Amino acid sequence: MLRTQLPSPAGMFDVAVIGAGVVGCAVARRFALDGARVAVIEKGSDLLSGASKANSAILHTGFDAPPDSLELELIKAGRAEYLALRDGLNLPLVETGALVCAWNDGEAGKLEAIAAQGRENGIAGLRLMSGGAARQTMPGLSDRLVAALEVTGEHIIDPWSAPLAYLTQAVALGAAFLREAELIEGHFDGEWRLATSAGEVRAASVVNAAGLYGDIVDQRLGFAPTFAIRPRKGQFVVLDKAAFRHVPRIVLPVPTEITKGVVVCPTAFGNVLIGPTAEEQEDRVRATVETATLEALLARGAEIVPALAGMPVTAVYAGLRPASDRKEYRIVARPEQRAITLGGIRSTGLSAALGLAQHAARLHAGFGLTPLLPVAAPEVALPNLTETRERDWQRPDHGEIVCHCEMVTRREIEAALASRVPPGDIGGLRRRTRAGMGRCQGFYCQARLAAMTRDRLSTPLAVEEETA
Amino acid sequence: MSAMADVIVVGGGPAGVAAAVELRRRGVPGVVLLDREAELGGATRHCRHSPFGMREFGRIYLGAAYGRRLTAEAARAGVEVRTGHSVVRLDGDGRLTVASPRGVEQLAARRVLIATGARETPRAARLLSGDRPVGVLTTGTLQAYVAFHRLMPFRRPVIVGSELVSLSALLTCLTHGARPVAMLEPAAHALAGAPFCWFPTLAGVPFHRGAQILDIRGRARVEEIAFRRADGGEERLACDGVLLTGRFTPEAALLRESPLGVDAGSAGPAIDQDGRTADPFLFASGNVLRAVETGGWAFREGRAVGRALAEDLSRGGAAGEPVRVDVEAPVKLVVPGLLRRQGHAAPAFRDFQLRVTARVRGRLSLEIDGREAWAAERVFMPERRILVPIPPGAFAAESVRFRFREQP
Repeated sequence: MLRTQLPSPAGMFDVAVIGAGVVGCAVARRFALDGARVAVIEKGSDLLSGASKANSAILHTGFDAPPDSLELELIKAGRAEYLALRDGLNLPLVETGALVCAWNDGEAGKLEAIAAQGRENGIAGLRLMSGGAARQTMPGLSDRLVAALEVTGEHIIDPWSAPLAYLTQAVALGAAFLREAELIEGHFDGEWRLATSAGEVRAASVVNAAGLYGDIVDQRLGFAPTFAIRPRKGQFVVLDKAAFRHVPRIVLPVPTEITKGVVVCPTAFGNVLIGPTAEEQEDRVRATVETATLEALLARGAEIVPALAGMPVTAVYAGLRPASDRKEYRIVARPEQRAITLGGIRSTGLSAALGLAQHAARLHAGFGLTPLLPVAAPEVALPNLTETRERDWQRPDHGEIVCHCEMVTRREIEAALASRVPPGDIGGLRRRTRAGMGRCQGFYCQARLAAMTRDRLSTPLAVEEETA
Repeated sequence: MSAMADVIVVGGGPAGVAAAVELRRRGVPGVVLLDREAELGGATRHCRHSPFGMREFGRIYLGAAYGRRLTAEAARAGVEVRTGHSVVRLDGDGRLTVASPRGVEQLAARRVLIATGARETPRAARLLSGDRPVGVLTTGTLQAYVAFHRLMPFRRPVIVGSELVSLSALLTCLTHGARPVAMLEPAAHALAGAPFCWFPTLAGVPFHRGAQILDIRGRARVEEIAFRRADGGEERLACDGVLLTGRFTPEAALLRESPLGVDAGSAGPAIDQDGRTADPFLFASGNVLRAVETGGWAFREGRAVGRALAEDLSRGGAAGEPVRVDVEAPVKLVVPGLLRRQGHAAPAFRDFQLRVTARVRGRLSLEIDGREAWAAERVFMPERRILVPIPPGAFAAESVRFRFREQP
């Protein structure tokens, strides 16, 4: 079992961040760089245990965000910061561009308005195209395509390495990352006393970045409800790497009021993703996949890119988006209690996370506390997991290749286990290294991973040694 | 770094080793055998209970012992064996990009033989509903837990499938302290024949035919499954794992990512009667062709393709354009799926191997240039091979087609 010790004696922090999703990780980094002593309180056994582990990995421009919204402003700010820091953290950017595809005249009629809104949102690189012209940029698209809007700035990133890099920087600056620490209740009496399942945390300020539990955490902090989370499930199918050459760009549908719709896009790891669905549910925990839905996603993918028909499925997954009872972000600052809630970050959290962190720091600066003294950013470089740049297996002395489908080396797995923020469960190891993420889903490597991770994971792969 | 071999064999299971040894025996000097694992043997290394080697070596070996015998055979024949070598790309014209602990290199040969075997279909590719907890795995994974690491991933799994490998999975559980709570087979009939399919009942494990898994539940580890019985009733079973057995698929990623692609029916490379693909420099043999047969079958297939390949090298001259062998539903696949005009030697494959997608009763026939050359009327079972002798006239034909007419 892996559990971070609380700093002793009875740790006192400047900022307690509740939730280690992508937003919480970005917030922790921001405050740590600003010179705060930070604690990150996470209910799960690893970062990205909730909504942030399952998304489409698109770095959005904000072309379709509501005009003049805080969401638009924070997407643009977050995207700009990602582009500025990604080289230093060794984070990828796959510059695919997107095509908003109209498959009938009705949809085609909406493209002009979407383009106009995008321009109003200050987004460059928008171009209306005929179906034929769009297909010249992506020949795999079905010839039923009527028209498209090209958005050159929409890109693909690694949705797991980015937040890991943010949290790793915070931890390198002394932040405490508390796992399996569920917030039970909090009281403010000039400072915050936060009772967690892993002990008490004291902090001057608190940031609620609890995602799917944002409303519940607000209640546990003693605040009157300002919003309600309405989990929205998204199922995804990941296709084999053989599909990658057919999908060089992000293919977006013309959105409806409710959802951005089913996307077909490449991944940073050389696969193709189809999804998500948008299914309202009450349950905040269960994110099930369903055979019929997965089959429908496969059929939809093959309609959009016919060469995807019959392509092997590498993985399936489902995630819950922390949508709320309204469409916009639910951001509340409570200066008297020195608390900030970053709620309802439903589907643009990956793009906006760094912008949300900047925003939280601005709100915090208005709390009238002693100004923090910014510190230099520590050097953190994440291992590259994308196929567009050199991987560890291409360099000598990696020991051996443990996961053959994703070409993960022993050296990479050992490095992840020994890192500043080691994986707390098998999902965390997979996200950090890609081991077991490939087409055989662990047929060859899982037993080896079970042996390599003994006593390291909250839910071990092996239940015990054989007894025969 | 680059090197030129006569033949590079990719995959050190029974088919690859048999082919490499046969090539050396027939005087081909430079035969390089690559395997990504540290030991030869391929899938047989996982199977501690299954007997291998009776046909090819005249005695029985279990699991890793068979791999050691293959290693000895390869060494004796003078095959240059390189383990820990992963082929990452087929670059065409006999060139391969290969990764090893030394880094990346390109190797080249006059001919390349793919013998990368098969693996079971995992949970994701089966599109099964439910949560995605720890404890859902395949027979090959379970066997690697016990054979290589002396670990167990569960104690009370539900086993899905009723192929021969499913019974091997059951045996592995029972001999390693696990007590399966049930076996489920989606089809109405056990896929393995008697007497094998009696084994679950003899072992006291409930065997449900016609049972569909509906849901897998568990937050961290598997806690229970729900399934629909053949009579339509739904049932829940407490368990701590789901063991997905069988539904083998060729490990053909290298081909799928190459311009050659794979055959839609077999999911492996289409080959002619000598194991040659549409690319005359690229051959294939063993379970990569059509998924699973026994180790002995793969060994004999590898040896036969090795012999044909040695003749191909000594004869020289270009192979002609192949003719496709067409099949119609419910025939799932045919191997060989290509035919070329035959030279002097006997072909590596004397029979067409066919499989059907479901249990069907009817008349299966082979038409060559529109004339019926073979037919059989009976019940055909899925996952059982159907052998049809390749008529000599087929090699020069312009059209070769299997037809099926269902009968009540």
